[in-house]
Amino acid sequence: MTLQATRAPKLFGSRKSLKKKVSPLSYLLLIFMAFVSIFPFYWMFVVASSGSDEISKIPPSIVPGPRFLKVMADVYAAVPFNQALINTLIVGVSVAVAQVFFCGLAGFAFAKLNFKGRRVLILVIIGTMMLPSQLGIIPMFILMGNLGWIDTLYALIVPALITAFGVFWMRQIIDSQVPNELLEAASLDGAGVLRTFTRIVFPVIRSSALVLGLFSFLGSWNDFLWPLLVLQTPANFTVQVAINQLKGSYTLDYALNMGGAFMATAPLLLLFIFVGKRLVGGVMDGAVKG
Amino acid sequence: MSNTTLRSPNPWRASSKPQARKLGQLKKHESRWAFLFISPFFLMFLVFGLAPVLFSTYIAFFSWDPLGDTKFIGIDNFTYLVNDSRFWQATGNTFSIWAFSTFPQMILALFLASVLRNPKLRAPIFWRTLLLIPNITSVLAVAIVFGQLFGRDFGMINVVLGFMGFQHIDFVSNPLAGHIAIATMITWRWVGYNALIFLAAMIAIPNELYESAELDGASRWQQFRYVTLPGLRNTITFVIIVGTIGGLQVFAEPLTLSGNFNGGDSRQFSTLTLFLFEQMFVEQKYGYAAAIGIAITFIVLIISLINFLLTRRIASEGSK
Repeated sequence: MTLQATRAPKLFGSRKSLKKKVSPLSYLLLIFMAFVSIFPFYWMFVVASSGSDEISKIPPSIVPGPRFLKVMADVYAAVPFNQALINTLIVGVSVAVAQVFFCGLAGFAFAKLNFKGRRVLILVIIGTMMLPSQLGIIPMFILMGNLGWIDTLYALIVPALITAFGVFWMRQIIDSQVPNELLEAASLDGAGVLRTFTRIVFPVIRSSALVLGLFSFLGSWNDFLWPLLVLQTPANFTVQVAINQLKGSYTLDYALNMGGAFMATAPLLLLFIFVGKRLVGGVMDGAVKG
Repeated sequence: MSNTTLRSPNPWRASSKPQARKLGQLKKHESRWAFLFISPFFLMFLVFGLAPVLFSTYIAFFSWDPLGDTKFIGIDNFTYLVNDSRFWQATGNTFSIWAFSTFPQMILALFLASVLRNPKLRAPIFWRTLLLIPNITSVLAVAIVFGQLFGRDFGMINVVLGFMGFQHIDFVSNPLAGHIAIATMITWRWVGYNALIFLAAMIAIPNELYESAELDGASRWQQFRYVTLPGLRNTITFVIIVGTIGGLQVFAEPLTLSGNFNGGDSRQFSTLTLFLFEQMFVEQKYGYAAAIGIAITFIVLIISLINFLLTRRIASEGSK
């Protein structure tokens, strides 16, 4: 906490000599961008609550209508949305917790422990990030078949338990946030390596670790391609696959689809209200040191 | 980080204090613990990363039917690929979408970052947070809502165009307009995120550089051109490479807009990844799909290299 407090002023920049005023145009741009950022979410709700007929006229209605509950019921009738929510939470939470733990340990090793090949191996890890996921997707699919994981949540959880990005991220965080003196003190007290990690390192990086967990959770919530390939029965769908199911074969029911999209997004928006600031800090932290 | 750290008797840092001897127990097992901690990654990578990649390369040399029929055919998949007009069309579509999303987005993100950089800006955290909201949305939800906004008859964008006296644009049947629509979805989702990355890098540029530039009488544009831009060199390279890897994987937006794995009636939205999935799941040609995957990887590597060289050159010109 104290670390953050001392770092905070730097994040705002403090150029005393340059007395630039913020021009009204800057605010205009920001307000415009804010509008553009928010509008699609608002629009999802408007279309979902107005019904397709209201939308198919000119000018279209731009305020929410009274039919959102009806559309929600339609979504529930078409796909097992609650089950999909539960599945998505199971995958998201498992992946987030596992990533914080495994990437944290590996990042700790790369940041603070001495071992042969440390510098080469971290380069290898960074290098693996360059491989596009499509390259291995067919064998992955075959592998999932051989493991009997097709149409199970294992196919989504296990390959995502630990990622190169997470390891690299945790290494950067531990390197910059955990002072060596702290570790020295711990070892003088006779703490072993594992204990040092759980009792000394983790409390210091807790806030950044949470950011990694959040990003993993968001990533797995929003993942679409891989779940679409491996999940087959509606009872096993994640939220994204479920709302994809709302697309008809011939016609697109906009109200239904936008209702699904809104229902799939609303939980994240709610979460964002609480963690948005942290995520901003996380993106910026990763950028400077990465 | 230096080599002396590795040889130091003290595991945590180079300078060895007298007490370092007491670290015996910790130090003795240090590398054993380290290997234990990093082994999960390499184990998982071996199974779910490296093995699939190697196997993918292997099956690219086969005519591979998932139902059992496999036949070694040498480089036939690759010769077929380079002669397949669908592949080149998909490559063209992918690059068109990539260009429309990357360049305007970079400029807008840099611009936003400079605005956010201003220390006098009110409520900076509020604006930063707002800009990140689109990034938490799923690609599918983005595709659904923008698909409606870009609709031919009743989409908000065409309604507005109509009010302004323009003709409606069919964003589905007109390839160029469709590519711009998809690029808009990508830009919407990523521009705020990238602005934050640029902002962080801008804040890291020492103020002295700006001060001395100002003393030399540099205009704001010149300061941007000769101080900010070279300072952001690595960041811009990083953002473009990451964006390119993402850009070559674009498929949910074109799939939603065209409603079909073939990317529309004239394959106008068939991107490389969509083409791969079409071959894999619709046509069941695993060998051919694997060859497409390898082609995508080569394209990523080539673009990354070009990016790297280009940003180096631009930045070194800037610092002259």
